[in-house]
Amino acid sequence: MLGIVFALLFYAATAILVIGVAAKIRTYARVPAPLKIPTTPAPKTGFGVVLRMAREVIFFESLFKSNKWIWVFAWMFHMALWLVLIRHLRYFTQPVWWWVQLAQPFGTYAAFAMIAGLAGLWARRVLVERIRYISNPSDHLMLALLVGIGASGAATRFVAHTDIVAVKTYMLGLMRLSVGDLPADPILLVHLFLVAVLMIVFPISKLLHAPGVFFSPSRNQIDNPREKRHLAPWAAKLEG
Amino acid sequence: MADGDTQVPELSFPLDIPCLKRGAMEGTKPFVAAPEHQAKLGYPGTLVPDWKERALAKMKELAEKNRAFQVYLDICVKCGACTDKCHYFLGTGDPKNMPVARQDLLRSVYRRYFTFAGKNFPWLVGARDLTEDVLHEWYSYYHQCSECRRCSVFCPYGIDTAEITMAAREILDSIGYGQKYSNEIIGKVHEIGNNLGLRPKALAATLEGLEEDIEDDTGVTVRLPLDEKGADILLITPSADFFAEPHIDGLIGYAKVFHEAGVSWTLSSYASEAANFGLFIGSYENMREVSLRIRKAAQDLGVKRIIFGECGHAWRVAYSFLNTLAGPFDFLDQNYPIPQHMLEFTWDEIQKGTLRLDPSRNDHIRLTYHDSCNVARASGMGDYPGGQFEIPRNVIKAVCNNYFDMDPDTIRESTLCCGGGGGLLTDDLMDLRVKGAAPRMKALQQVTDEHGVTHMAAICAICKTQFSKVMPKYGYEMDSILSIHQLVSNAIILTGQDTGGDAKDDDTEDAA
Repeated sequence: MLGIVFALLFYAATAILVIGVAAKIRTYARVPAPLKIPTTPAPKTGFGVVLRMAREVIFFESLFKSNKWIWVFAWMFHMALWLVLIRHLRYFTQPVWWWVQLAQPFGTYAAFAMIAGLAGLWARRVLVERIRYISNPSDHLMLALLVGIGASGAATRFVAHTDIVAVKTYMLGLMRLSVGDLPADPILLVHLFLVAVLMIVFPISKLLHAPGVFFSPSRNQIDNPREKRHLAPWAAKLEG
Repeated sequence: MADGDTQVPELSFPLDIPCLKRGAMEGTKPFVAAPEHQAKLGYPGTLVPDWKERALAKMKELAEKNRAFQVYLDICVKCGACTDKCHYFLGTGDPKNMPVARQDLLRSVYRRYFTFAGKNFPWLVGARDLTEDVLHEWYSYYHQCSECRRCSVFCPYGIDTAEITMAAREILDSIGYGQKYSNEIIGKVHEIGNNLGLRPKALAATLEGLEEDIEDDTGVTVRLPLDEKGADILLITPSADFFAEPHIDGLIGYAKVFHEAGVSWTLSSYASEAANFGLFIGSYENMREVSLRIRKAAQDLGVKRIIFGECGHAWRVAYSFLNTLAGPFDFLDQNYPIPQHMLEFTWDEIQKGTLRLDPSRNDHIRLTYHDSCNVARASGMGDYPGGQFEIPRNVIKAVCNNYFDMDPDTIRESTLCCGGGGGLLTDDLMDLRVKGAAPRMKALQQVTDEHGVTHMAAICAICKTQFSKVMPKYGYEMDSILSIHQLVSNAIILTGQDTGGDAKDDDTEDAA
């Protein structure tokens, strides 16, 4: 019974996540940028833009320029999240890929870095007057959700060991559309439930910053307006 | 608000972060456009009865026409990186002048009507209905943004508040709630060809007067040609260069450089304006119409090149948009950048050695340089990223011996706005302008204290006008702001010029 409920939840969450984000990406890709608006100085070549974007999404370059505290917490959280996500691939692959094996020891402890980063960001949201002013309830809830996922996940390993072999069997089954049994471990169920919630809210929340940053004209445009004419389709019609 | 009411902010360092002063700038708003100003731009004369529906329809249209607007409204995570980056926030402490809070004034409405979360759980995501109060709040705070893009440098996603401000102003215009200053001026350009409404005859007389001034000063005949067919270069410069100080000294500088370079050039009475306030109100159509005057002038006069004089937002429109709005320029000489900046031209000539320069003629000046926001963050110069920072400094150093940069956090890409850009250079916003200039003025005071700096140079007509007005409030003479080409003009020794004991340009005498 539990297996079926969570199976339905995860199939629905996956569908919402994939279709929702794909629809958003489609919109971002189709809406034209009528003018060249890179924040300058900007790269003059496509390769330069790739590098700029890489520095932005890997090192959070602009955030680093802006505020070292936000940068420390945000970067720690995001990088730890990557490690944790990579480590979790072991529950969806058989045999486990070598680079996932490699991430295993770091991935488990990354949970603490992730929670620490989130705690830092949350503290700033409460303690810094300016950031408190701009925060909505949803901003706090998002942090609560992520902390909940991190804490419950860490607990399944460090507090009350869950039957991870059974979980993996269940997940591998889901991927072949065969629903098996899920261990009735309350911490595990909380963890899985919160992850499903995160997947569902992704396409309707600020989590869209993840795909969105790649479509930001101020960061992804090449600074070559004098050399190459840029014209949006709707603007071309004005020239009639 | 009258000048006298303004409390000049006391900052202990340029980027000193104030405590929040809620509602501090609530009442501030510029004069509303009159029906005749609106009509010339194709907007309704007064607030239309169905303003709410039309505003939302316009918002939807913009989200479908402009990727920046669509993406930026969606992806802000409220991290707070931008909250201390706006000079108007630093100068006023009003939290709605924090970039993210300014965006949220519109984002909250967008969410309410166009997103799942905002439609169903408005309280959760800070979504709100579009009411008349919201409309007035938009009018107030979207006219407290100079569209300088400083926030976009520091945003991890590059969210540019200028894009949101421009969209908000376009929405307001489309429902009959425009700003007098910008819209009246754009109307004048459409009708006459420049922001001032200066007619060709008056322009010709002004230029003749300048030719006489140069001859009196130097003994050399330097021409400022108008509407000369067959000239190689069309110079497009802000109309402030024709009458205001220190702008006009910059224009004299361009003329001297052209003269010494031995090129033929002309101004146009039809396109006698570099400024393009269509940018400020976010109107592609109006911006395009103004730009097309330049194309037509270039074609009618049969020139081979277009060069722009010192103007910040004009250079943004020229460098980044002109090819889009009024191109392709296949009828011009492709061996030169189209368009080219006057500083690019002058720096080329300096490198070629065609100009005889004596920097000691500027020795009475201890100089710093204010990077104008639109040049720094929205355009470029030369053929490498950052040329817009190096080329002006290269020229300055070639003509001036005493140069000092301000605090590195307040120059180049991090430069502070003068406080008067983006359509705010109007007396009805003087209180805001004085306060918004505070961070820049503090950075200037620092180099005055450390290095005895007496003057600041800028390459933007708006910066120059703004500073000559607000610098006195911070203890500087109004002529402490200079054009770079004014310094060039001082230093240049024209071929045949008698240099034996001639008076230095008295407009730049030591003011400290």
